[in-house]
Amino acid sequence: MRLVILDNYDLASEWAAKYICNRIIQFKPGQDRYFTLGLPTGSTPLGCYKKLIEYHKNGDLSFKYVKTFNMDEYVGLPRNHPESYHSYMWNNFFKHIDIDPNNAHILDGNATDLQAECDAFEKKIEEAGGIDLFVGGIGPDGHIAFNEPGSSLVSRTRLKTLAMDTILANAKYFDGDLSKVPTMALTVGVGTVMDAREVMILITGAHKAFALYKAIEEGVNHMWTVSAFQQHPRTIFVCDEDATLELRVKTVKYFKGEH
Amino acid sequence: MPPQKVGAETRIVQFTNCRILRGHTLLREDLWIRGGRILDPEKLFFEEKRSADEQRDCEGHILAPGFIDVQINGGFGVDFSLPSEDVGSGIALVAKNLLAYGVTSFCPTLVTSPPDIYHKVLPQIIVRNGSSQGAGVLGVHLEGPFISHEKRGAHPESHLRTFETDAFQELLKTYGSLDNVAIITLAPELRRSYEVIREITSRGICVSVGHSVSHLREAEEAVQNGATFITHLFNAMLPFHHRDPGIVGLLTSDQIPPGRQVFFGMIADGIHTNPAALRIAHRAHPKGLVLVTDAIPALGLGNGRHTLGQQDVEVDGLTCCVAGTKTLCGSVAPLDACVRHFLHATGCSVEMALEAATLHPAQLLGIEKQKGTLDFGSDADFVVLDDSLNVKATYIAGELVWQDKTLSH
Repeated sequence: MRLVILDNYDLASEWAAKYICNRIIQFKPGQDRYFTLGLPTGSTPLGCYKKLIEYHKNGDLSFKYVKTFNMDEYVGLPRNHPESYHSYMWNNFFKHIDIDPNNAHILDGNATDLQAECDAFEKKIEEAGGIDLFVGGIGPDGHIAFNEPGSSLVSRTRLKTLAMDTILANAKYFDGDLSKVPTMALTVGVGTVMDAREVMILITGAHKAFALYKAIEEGVNHMWTVSAFQQHPRTIFVCDEDATLELRVKTVKYFKGEH
Repeated sequence: MPPQKVGAETRIVQFTNCRILRGHTLLREDLWIRGGRILDPEKLFFEEKRSADEQRDCEGHILAPGFIDVQINGGFGVDFSLPSEDVGSGIALVAKNLLAYGVTSFCPTLVTSPPDIYHKVLPQIIVRNGSSQGAGVLGVHLEGPFISHEKRGAHPESHLRTFETDAFQELLKTYGSLDNVAIITLAPELRRSYEVIREITSRGICVSVGHSVSHLREAEEAVQNGATFITHLFNAMLPFHHRDPGIVGLLTSDQIPPGRQVFFGMIADGIHTNPAALRIAHRAHPKGLVLVTDAIPALGLGNGRHTLGQQDVEVDGLTCCVAGTKTLCGSVAPLDACVRHFLHATGCSVEMALEAATLHPAQLLGIEKQKGTLDFGSDADFVVLDDSLNVKATYIAGELVWQDKTLSH
């Protein structure tokens, strides 16, 4: 893997955004050649999205020939609820860029047949030619997307019950009221993300440090599902200093190139 | 997306690079329009999977709902209370010229007049939507003749009336028809007023108390019987007294029926109300404040002698008096100027100043689902304003109907 360590959140967000931007531009997307991007939600990628929007507004980056696939969506939350991932993506990304609405794919947490919705999503990814770059985050419990501890490392897009850690972490978005937090979600599987040609995981903040340690310095383990990416040929972890707090000094020095 | 012929009704226009008034705040958001209504772009993106057909750059300006004037007696030489054969043309002329002031809807106001004038004029004023031809007519505001003698102001004494004999029937006989009437101003201390108020409001017409010497108790009773507005607060009513606040006391009355609120008109032209009084009223009940012009035919014409109903009026700068007296007689300050004056005099937020001329009058008339806001689904009547709240462009049903010549787009 690559472990890229930046001094702070803003620099990490910028680095990640530049990387995505360059990948898209180098790919030279066009009418018959779409760049496929997997996308996360949450507070970690906000800075990255802001930067991407800035590059777009500067005229440096167009999403006209980009297809996006989001990782997850809550089940049972109305699509226009302010905390749905549809709302998040619209407000924080889609409304500011020139992506074709037909190319922005997000799982529908209100579909009548949830598993069919998941299967259809996998099919859409396949029809798009697979994902070129899947951007993701890590939960405090080491999960990727909503692949909670105990999820199969070869799982596909499916319905998952959320872990208590996740529900607690999400409560702040629902007026601190646990009863209002959704308990189920549709999510891409670990296997789904592993299929991507390239994976970039964004990890910032001291509260994610332990999860990062478990993910890259311990073994591959379904209790820390991000650890699966140790077996992916092309993964980059982009972090700030705080996220590295639980790593060995040796690991950090190695990846900073200081020896 | 393959190119497609887009009809006018389905054409989607996105106004970008602007701040819009929504949810009581100025947000950095785009405004989307389709079919003359405000569109929800998120719904459009996810459900219809469509983008805008056209984008218009608003150069960083403010987009606010179109202004609504619920008390205007005429303008540009037109006097709504004059019994002309072609009242419609007069209304149309005023409606067209109001667009430059950012007004997209208004209530033509008739001052105290004899019954034959009401019978002649009222049938010629129809409620209608605005368009490129002019601002929309929301309905007539009948100010008088059932008002106080003492507080008649510029209203002609000889045509004042009471409804002692026949109550509501008296009212109906006087006006002829209430078909296109939106507001009636009356004095609640007149005998049998409460039953009249009940009857009027049961027909969906707003009742306003004004030109009255009623005490607070009587005014509260009027509100309990259905009155929801005060005509030009402070003017033509008893002054505030600490043991009997009179009509002014309605602003902080605890006798207002639950779930209802009292609105009050204020003429913020710098003449009718001292800035300190404006501030007191605003602070006492900010959500009820409705900016009105009470404009007279001389609006837009400059100094000189003009008419208002049966009276002669002398205009000097912003001051209009009954000829030969010091009695104030309406105003010539356009509504956008009132918004700016209100903003400076009270030091309130831009949002509050704008809502006093948009949301509040719409709420008064019960039309806030279509007018007075930029909420999704409401009519796309809006104004483009610079940071000093000068009108740069006016839109009705999503169509540009007036533009400042210096604007680029």
